[in-house]
Amino acid sequence: MSTTTVAHHEEHSDHPTGIIRWLTTTNHKDIGTMYLTFSLIMFLVGGSMILGIRAELFKPGLQLMNPDFFNQLIGVHALIMIFAALMPAATGFANWMIPLQIGAPDMALPRLNNWGFWLLPPSAILLTLPFTLALFGIGDGALATGWTFYPPLSVQGGIGVDFAIFAVHLLGISSVMGSINIIVTLFNMRAPGMTLMKMPMFAWGWLITAFLLVATIPVLAGAVTMLLTDRHFGTHFFDAAGGGDPIMFQHLFWFFGHPEVYILLLPVWGFIPQILQTFSRKPMYGYKAQVYSLWAIGALAVVVWAHHFFTAGMPVPALLYFMYSTMAISLPLAVLFFCWIKTMWKGSMTFETPMLFAVGWIILFGIGGLTGLVLADVAADAQYHNSYFVVAHFHYTLFAGGIMGIMAGVYYWLPKMTGHMYNEKLGKLHFWLTAISFNVTFIPQFFVGLAGMPRRIPDYALQFAEFNMISTIGAFILGLSQLLFVYNIISCARGGQKATDKVWEGAEGLEWTLPSPPPYHSFNEQPVIK
Amino acid sequence: MQVFKKIGVGLAALLASLNVYADYSWNFPEPVTPMALDTLHVHNKFMIITAIIFFAVLAIMIYSIFAHRKSKGYKAVADKAPSTAVEIFWTLIPFAILLLIDFVIMGIPAYHSVVMMEDTRDQSNMVIKITGSQWRWQYEYLDGDAKGIKFVSNLVTTDDQLHNKAEKGEHYLLEVDNPLVLPVGEKVRILMTASDVLHNWWVPQFGSSRVAVPGFIRETWVQVEKAGTYRGQCKELCGKGHGYMPVVVNAVPMEEYKVWVAKKQEEQKAASEVKEMTKEDLVAQGKTVYEKNCAVCHQVTGAGLPPAFPALTGSKIATGPIFGADGKYLKDSHLDRLLNGKGVMPAWKATLNDTEIAAVITYERQALGNAATVDPIVQPTQVKAARE
Repeated sequence: MSTTTVAHHEEHSDHPTGIIRWLTTTNHKDIGTMYLTFSLIMFLVGGSMILGIRAELFKPGLQLMNPDFFNQLIGVHALIMIFAALMPAATGFANWMIPLQIGAPDMALPRLNNWGFWLLPPSAILLTLPFTLALFGIGDGALATGWTFYPPLSVQGGIGVDFAIFAVHLLGISSVMGSINIIVTLFNMRAPGMTLMKMPMFAWGWLITAFLLVATIPVLAGAVTMLLTDRHFGTHFFDAAGGGDPIMFQHLFWFFGHPEVYILLLPVWGFIPQILQTFSRKPMYGYKAQVYSLWAIGALAVVVWAHHFFTAGMPVPALLYFMYSTMAISLPLAVLFFCWIKTMWKGSMTFETPMLFAVGWIILFGIGGLTGLVLADVAADAQYHNSYFVVAHFHYTLFAGGIMGIMAGVYYWLPKMTGHMYNEKLGKLHFWLTAISFNVTFIPQFFVGLAGMPRRIPDYALQFAEFNMISTIGAFILGLSQLLFVYNIISCARGGQKATDKVWEGAEGLEWTLPSPPPYHSFNEQPVIK
Repeated sequence: MQVFKKIGVGLAALLASLNVYADYSWNFPEPVTPMALDTLHVHNKFMIITAIIFFAVLAIMIYSIFAHRKSKGYKAVADKAPSTAVEIFWTLIPFAILLLIDFVIMGIPAYHSVVMMEDTRDQSNMVIKITGSQWRWQYEYLDGDAKGIKFVSNLVTTDDQLHNKAEKGEHYLLEVDNPLVLPVGEKVRILMTASDVLHNWWVPQFGSSRVAVPGFIRETWVQVEKAGTYRGQCKELCGKGHGYMPVVVNAVPMEEYKVWVAKKQEEQKAASEVKEMTKEDLVAQGKTVYEKNCAVCHQVTGAGLPPAFPALTGSKIATGPIFGADGKYLKDSHLDRLLNGKGVMPAWKATLNDTEIAAVITYERQALGNAATVDPIVQPTQVKAARE
């Protein structure tokens, strides 16, 4: 920074107001807020899409939509939830909290940060525009291939596939930029005395996520670009008639797709231990063991991809390798679970909303993890694959493990970010409604999956009717109870009981040494860690 | 609390009432092949182990949640500054437990299952080829007495049932016109491929599921050990008809199978004989073929679902010329499109026989609001000639 800014220290807080502030901002807190807001909006958009699907599946027969529109909804729901709701939420927390947690004045690359965010709205538009265009008779709607883009179906598809490919490109660029920013920030801007092994766990989770993103997003970008040239420029990467192989796309896609699961989860594994230690009023157990486990999972994440398509046909040695390597992920994960529970053990626990979400998260994510272990078994996977069992499994990992984790983070840090306490009663109600209706939605899906209901079908045989009906009822309660969440956030941002600097009795860490809300520019003088 | 009690009682009553008439299935359906039996065992064993882990850990957590509360005055007991050795010891316990489960208790049986699943050739008595296409399965017998038997298996659930205009039958969405017939007790090697996009041939009671990849052959096997009718579905998203391509397999005793083979060979021979037909006969047979194969996209009325699936009524292709001056069919003519397909339109030459193609073309030209004057009808002989 130039020397003049030091002289005019106070004026430094001046910034444009209104829309220009948000368009041009390079402030990590502003950008973090925008990421989180964007994520919340897209969460509601993706959620209402799935309610359309659950309504259609309420009973057998076609009631609300034709099968083609159904296929569009499932794919776009997944892309929105993964790329436009979960990932931006984690990036939003990173922007807000990483500088505060490591004692840095801002992110290392603020302009890149601004651009990283502003790529998101255009890509959200690209994802959703085909629906609108179809209303005017242009194209045939959004991509109808599921979020996985498998060729040859995606080569056959309409203009919606091209829209989705470009949306994924933009989202990918945004993620890689965000990741580079986080890596640079964490390596260069830690407060004096904060060695890597003293970094907050959230920073560790994000550091590994960032490396995974930088390693795998380019592979996804390459794969969808090959798809684009197959569609329009006569190449045959994925067409056997021209010497290509449709299954090669699956290898490329899941080389990104499996690490993506950990990309979504590692930031959550970072801050959940922080929440647990805050509300257990004792330091987290096994810091080192957790850090090493995170690294082990990050490393295993890129070598297990083919378990997503065991049934596509592979040589026996490949099947065995991918089965055993997938099972190996449970080893570091077991260590993490042990450390989380040991952190709670003999603490002095209270159960405010963030803690409720964190504890519920451990249990539900545990179900996701254990069913994942079962899915790794090649023989049994022949039955589970592409059935509703898988749908239930990955919603336990990504809704419970991802989104409910993010909710814990929102309640944990919201008082710090806004300076007001949220409504505790509403928060608790939101937790109980979410946790219960989530299980009502997805437990029946395990059973219909085992009984033989494939995923991605708009209509089903009569034997699956009762469970689907229960699932739909659960989904609607789940969806509607999120309105409480939105209301609670908005009213908390607008006012309410003042939050103290420390907010929570047991909170530890640099972010809790600042006022709530923190000033526009924080840590103008670097704190020193002893 | 009163409210919660009421809701609880209500929910319990609701669940109980459902239970009365619902034939719930909580696990895999009854296995009828060695592979499915093996899969069920692996699954049950694994489920029990994971359930034990889950409830043990849950119990510890719940104990802690109730015992170590601030509201009960419990003071936090800081973990003793963990000597590294102790920390390593404790964290290695869960590691070791999982190591044992993953690679010994589950890992060893899983190895045997994989080897068994992939062994398609040992002692296999017959070979069939299954081709997935949008949105039907085609079966072909490749050896033995049944060699040459080839047929297509279509969904027969009516449109009215799909749209809730008629009562749904017992096997709603899981019923076909020509089921695959297999002899009981024989190991059948299955070669799998597809003609357009990925499909996945799956019968839950067989425990085998394999993706059909266009341009490649994949293998699997079944050995049905109990006579009966088994139903399954495609389980790889393959477009708008994905939910409408069921698999139905009739497993019958060997004698019955032999009778069926003889009958089927006969039928097939009769159908392949090509003769001149009248316009009325062609239109009548064409209607059946059309409604079974074409109406999914082009609709029963011929109105199509533009822009993806064009209307046939008034279509240039369906009313324009087919044969050139030399008697050969023109490129992009009605016959060309049916035989060879284009884009989303599949090629039908491998699926339909000469008579069926001639009939459906004639039907499309003389019904659905069309009355073509150029090449008004097509004869099976012309289709046969066109193929050569």
